[in-house]
Amino acid sequence: MDIVIIGLLLGGTYALMAMGLQLQYGVARIMNLANGEVLIAGAFGAFWFYAGTKASPLLALLFVVPLAFALNWAIYRVLIVPLVRRAKSQGKLEVDSILATFGLSFIFIGIMVAAFGAQYTDYAYLSEPIYIFGERYGLNRVVSFIASTALCIGLYVWLHKTRAGLALRAVSVNPSAAGLVSINVTRTSAFAFALGGAVTAAGGVLLSMYLTFDASYGVVFTLKALIIVILGGVGDIRGTILAAFILGLAETAVASLIDPGLTLAAAYMLFMIVLLVRPEGLFGRRAA
Amino acid sequence: MTAIDKPQAVRAGLGISTQELRGVLICVGIFIVAGLVPLVTDGYVLQLAISIVMYTAFATSWLLFSGPTNYIALSTAAFFGIGMYVTAGGIDLVPYPVLILAAAVAGAAMAAVVGLATLRVSGVYFVIFSLGLAELVRQFMTWGQHVFGTMSGLYVTIDRSEPMFYWQLLVLTAVVYLVGWWIGRSRLGFALRIIGNDEVVAVHCGINTARAKVVLFVISSTFAAIGGAVVAPRWGYVEPVVAFNPFLSFQVVIMALLGGTQRLWGPLLGVIPFVLLWELISIEFPDQTTLLLGVCFLLIVYVIPNGITGLIEDAWRRRGGASASGPGDGGGMVAKSTGPLRNLLRRRKGHDV
Repeated sequence: MDIVIIGLLLGGTYALMAMGLQLQYGVARIMNLANGEVLIAGAFGAFWFYAGTKASPLLALLFVVPLAFALNWAIYRVLIVPLVRRAKSQGKLEVDSILATFGLSFIFIGIMVAAFGAQYTDYAYLSEPIYIFGERYGLNRVVSFIASTALCIGLYVWLHKTRAGLALRAVSVNPSAAGLVSINVTRTSAFAFALGGAVTAAGGVLLSMYLTFDASYGVVFTLKALIIVILGGVGDIRGTILAAFILGLAETAVASLIDPGLTLAAAYMLFMIVLLVRPEGLFGRRAA
Repeated sequence: MTAIDKPQAVRAGLGISTQELRGVLICVGIFIVAGLVPLVTDGYVLQLAISIVMYTAFATSWLLFSGPTNYIALSTAAFFGIGMYVTAGGIDLVPYPVLILAAAVAGAAMAAVVGLATLRVSGVYFVIFSLGLAELVRQFMTWGQHVFGTMSGLYVTIDRSEPMFYWQLLVLTAVVYLVGWWIGRSRLGFALRIIGNDEVVAVHCGINTARAKVVLFVISSTFAAIGGAVVAPRWGYVEPVVAFNPFLSFQVVIMALLGGTQRLWGPLLGVIPFVLLWELISIEFPDQTTLLLGVCFLLIVYVIPNGITGLIEDAWRRRGGASASGPGDGGGMVAKSTGPLRNLLRRRKGHDV
């Protein structure tokens, strides 16, 4: 029972982080290998804020999210747009953006090591027990879950009920057709990329409330987010949320039944199954 | 298919053109000269030479797969670590040469599994899978050592002098070059170049794209595993964090990109300056290596996307050698033009510049 609850709590935060990547990969169509580093940067932001003020790390969202938005906007404008212009085909763009963001991820790690050091970092916020069905859980996990669920719902509603959200979904389905109905695809893509980065950083803030991290740990989160997005289906938010919970549950099950060191193996196992059984993901559209 | 594959030059005997023969002879000459290095120097210079030869072997074997297909493999460290662990685990049980063979088999087996799972679908999935492979295997190794109660590290103690390592790595590099040359001439290499240019076309030509990609990935990764087995005794002590350090994958890719991925000898031109630069960076800025390497990486991707070989060929073409076959075709090694399409693209690009 506690596996299920911890898995669900973890999945809630994973959903937020993977929605960030979904916006970047599903809408802006940039495979961002530096996504996990943005998440870790958000986590360090929360750590720094909490160490300085002792106020709730949730308040760190107020400055982490706008900063991450601005940073990712700048990354898209400065680094990605030239690649989009230079690319002869989608395949070439994919290779270039993978290489560029891969290099970028090392720059982020370098900056974070310089700023915060390479040691494991965590902080104790709300580390008091809360009882659900008679079992003890960390209050910080529950608070983090509630906050991330609220953000996920907000994002989902925004995507489906507003005009800007509609434009984003249109670009996700077909960029050239979106251009035909007078959507500025470049601007929308930049916005989606920036928003994705901001959402990922918010996920980092929430994860940092109960997880130990270090500067070079981002790649693991990049992988988890990628696996969630692929499992759920590229371009499908419902799939992403469902897949995030599946991964959260699978990881928790492996961690508590076999060994806590094998969480990535759980993620890879899911990845393998998807690749072999349903490469387009749970809700994905089969390629024509 | 093979009709187009044959180069324009006259083929003689075994089907090796005089141009190719010249390239091979030059390579043999270079290897003989390189083999003499430990006789004239030792200490620091030999250390650098060992690094250069080792990274040349890795970057060139990386190129065998990722060069023609454009599938970026980020998994060198995983296979390197496997090779190391096979050596470290069996060093007290079986003779060393057997271990190198075992490392090759283990690397090939893992590459086959990964390749079969990911290469049938799409390039992006492969990249993602390869990105975390080193971390995945590391987790399994740590877990295994935990379960079986062995200590976290293993000692590899056999007596080998530095020049011996150098020669072993040099032989490995020579084998990589030989295999690369052979692939470049074979139907397999031709198929891969078509896949790299346009996978849809390749499928329509009747090429079994998945099989070709898996075979090449296995070959490429096996060399990384052998490299790990060769280097393990030099390190003496093997533990998961060191053996599966993702930095290796990163360095290999950056060196190959710097050199250029269109020629078999491209990585060599990237490895030499990069090893020297890396030396400089780790001495001058020991705390900022990650940051500076990231910067180097971006510079290469944005400023010299075709690598040093690309720069050389552009310069050659501007000097008047307007024909599509640059100086590199003298080697005739890896990237013989896949036909009119590639030539057309090149010429178009020449106009843009």
